[in-house]
Amino acid sequence: MHSWGFQVDALDVARWQFGVTTVYHFLFVPLTIGLSILVAILQTLWHRTGQERYLKLTKFYGKLFLINFAMGVVTGIVQEFQFGMNWSDYSRFVGDIFGAPLAIEALVAFFLESTFIGLWIFGWDRLPKRLHLAAIWAAAIGTNLSAYFILAANSFMQHPVGYRVNPSTGRAELTDFFAVLTNKVALITFPHTLSGAFLVAGSLIVAVGLWHVFRNRDSADTDAYRFATKFGSWVVLISSALVLFTGDIQGKIMTDVQPMKMAAAEALYTTESPASFSVLTVGSLDGSREVFAIKIPYLLSFLGTGDPNGTVHGINDLQTQYAAQYGAGSYTPIIPVTYWSFRFMIGLGLAAAAIALIVLWSQRKGRTPRSRWLLRAGLVMPLLPLLANSFGWIFTEMGRQPWIVFGEMLTRNGVSRTVSLAEVLTSFTAFTLIYATLAVIEFKLLVRYAKAGVPDVTPAPVDDDTDDAERPLAFAY
Amino acid sequence: MELTTIWFLLVAVLFTGYFILEGFDFGVGMLLPVLGRDDRERRVLINTIGPVWDGNEVWLITAGGAMFAAFPEWYATLFSGFYLPLLLILLALIARGVAFEYRHKRPEASWKRRWDQAIFVGSLVPAILWGVAFANILRGVPLSADHEYVGGLLDLLNPYALLGGLTTLGLFLTHGAVFLALKTTGDIRDRAGALAVKVGAGTAVAAVAFLAWTLTIRSSTAAVALAVGAALALVAGLAAARVRREGWAFTGTAVAIALAVATLFAALFPNVLPSTLDAAGTLTATNAASTPYTLKIMTWVAVVFTPIVLAYQGWTYWVFRKRIGVQNIPQH
Repeated sequence: MHSWGFQVDALDVARWQFGVTTVYHFLFVPLTIGLSILVAILQTLWHRTGQERYLKLTKFYGKLFLINFAMGVVTGIVQEFQFGMNWSDYSRFVGDIFGAPLAIEALVAFFLESTFIGLWIFGWDRLPKRLHLAAIWAAAIGTNLSAYFILAANSFMQHPVGYRVNPSTGRAELTDFFAVLTNKVALITFPHTLSGAFLVAGSLIVAVGLWHVFRNRDSADTDAYRFATKFGSWVVLISSALVLFTGDIQGKIMTDVQPMKMAAAEALYTTESPASFSVLTVGSLDGSREVFAIKIPYLLSFLGTGDPNGTVHGINDLQTQYAAQYGAGSYTPIIPVTYWSFRFMIGLGLAAAAIALIVLWSQRKGRTPRSRWLLRAGLVMPLLPLLANSFGWIFTEMGRQPWIVFGEMLTRNGVSRTVSLAEVLTSFTAFTLIYATLAVIEFKLLVRYAKAGVPDVTPAPVDDDTDDAERPLAFAY
Repeated sequence: MELTTIWFLLVAVLFTGYFILEGFDFGVGMLLPVLGRDDRERRVLINTIGPVWDGNEVWLITAGGAMFAAFPEWYATLFSGFYLPLLLILLALIARGVAFEYRHKRPEASWKRRWDQAIFVGSLVPAILWGVAFANILRGVPLSADHEYVGGLLDLLNPYALLGGLTTLGLFLTHGAVFLALKTTGDIRDRAGALAVKVGAGTAVAAVAFLAWTLTIRSSTAAVALAVGAALALVAGLAAARVRREGWAFTGTAVAIALAVATLFAALFPNVLPSTLDAAGTLTATNAASTPYTLKIMTWVAVVFTPIVLAYQGWTYWVFRKRIGVQNIPQH
């Protein structure tokens, strides 16, 4: 197992840096993925109905979307560079396969996203209405498409397919690109990740809308906020159903292709058929056996295999099997991390769905929600699925350990050999500091603009005498 | 043509596009405290690149991705070897990108001043370091026989590379000033044009010295021709800027940057990262490349999507073709 003593080496720091920068990047990505589409829907509603409230909501949530968008963009560049900087041996090993989806992501998705977002932000007065609407859709599609390619790349690390290892170079070589793109892990992770993203975006819409519903009981915009609250709640409910549905399929695929990860999610030490689902398991300090557990019989077998009596392999048996297959060593992830991140992921996501249900109920048949507790729950609501997203990634990446590419390359063998501890410490410290600073700034800006409420959208009186070249821009930095 | 040669050219094209486009973004960012005398003027400068800077930066992400996909060894050795310069570039790009979006989000002067500093430093650092990095790629770096970078930070800070950094700094400043003269009205336009000529004259000296030094390190007929072309384009661009033909001036600096980058790649070919130690350590377009199968797939993707990207990105520039001036900046 990994050494967690005082001896810190470049590998440890590189791992921490990857964890911190990736989790941080993914604080912004779900909102970008979800809000891009939801703002596009709001603008479409305005386009179709001509109702001013939809335009107000488009501009209002659009502004929150953009505050968040910038952070997603700049932290994303780090992700691409980091593979070469800290994980150069990994990059050499998988470059033939892994580089292609990254390059395609940039060429096909990022250009679309970034170019059309610029057109959308600055194009309110420059583009015909229909084209301006098309711009936000193009940006939203680009954003969602980018998720597919990066998840296909990540899925190769979880479940490598469509390749062979060239014995003369020791590198993985692509043999079937279609297989990489249609990796069953990628096909199910994509909808799971997207629904998780919509869970966050919907929750943000609810939280902000609900706050204004409580603040302005009878303003001209109350109606818009009430709509937003309900719209967001439905998004949360539908996406939570999709998260569960896709997560269930994902669990079965994981049991099949990464049984150790499933066992680690459940702290299931010995193989069971039928296997019971752990509500709470406390393991021994060395992490090799359970001390105390509360369990629901048959449930894990059903979740993992679809059969209540199906066999789910245990950590200790898999460890023995892998040691025989890959050579001596530990092939077990850090069980408390996988076990708890798995539970937090599910629990926090479900909590958001429950709040959405109560919010909808509180507004049934035109009622006005009054409970302060509901407001408080509504305000923390976006944090729940956001953290659930983080825990999901921590689970899936930590659950793959000690592998960087499952069955092919150990994480410790992927690190850059020539990068010194001092260098990687410098970069880890620099990123952590700048990221922490920006997180505070971003959060304060989001709150500030969320509180400011929907903008006035009455068009400025057009002075016909003014030359077009003299007119102020509809939007300017 | 061999697939590896095609991808060498494509990577060169992507970096060329990146330097032309983000080159003037960097220039505008560095000129912010010079040409923007008050908040309104600074907003004019920032808004000339507001709608396009993000799309311009994707050229870098695509170039990095293409390098990773087509030449994994090059990507791995270069990125782990040039660790601290790349770290600084990343930090700069983070601060600068966020600054564009956040600067106008609060009214306080202190808030804006801080983001202005982020834009300035965030543009200055990469403008210099990209030159340092590419000069080192051309000059060669200490690589072991198994293609690992075995030098230190000081190996990257040699006089030739520093001249390279000075050259990109000057080119991007000139290019940015010419761009501003092309995209603004009134007083800013006049000052930007005048500054372009002044900075450009100094840049031309540095660029000619750098390209000449480059050709003494490694050279080919094509590289010589491209270097001469780069110098002529820069001089022509400056002449056009002097007589206020701003469209031609911008064409001149854009072509000068393109040909200067092309000179480096032409001189480098077929190597991608020469070793100054063991010749076996040298990375070439062949030994650093992915398999033909991967290159073939990537070629198809590039052939289909590059024209589409160029079309809609070009259209964006057309949509935002109008000059802007202080009168166009809204109160809020």
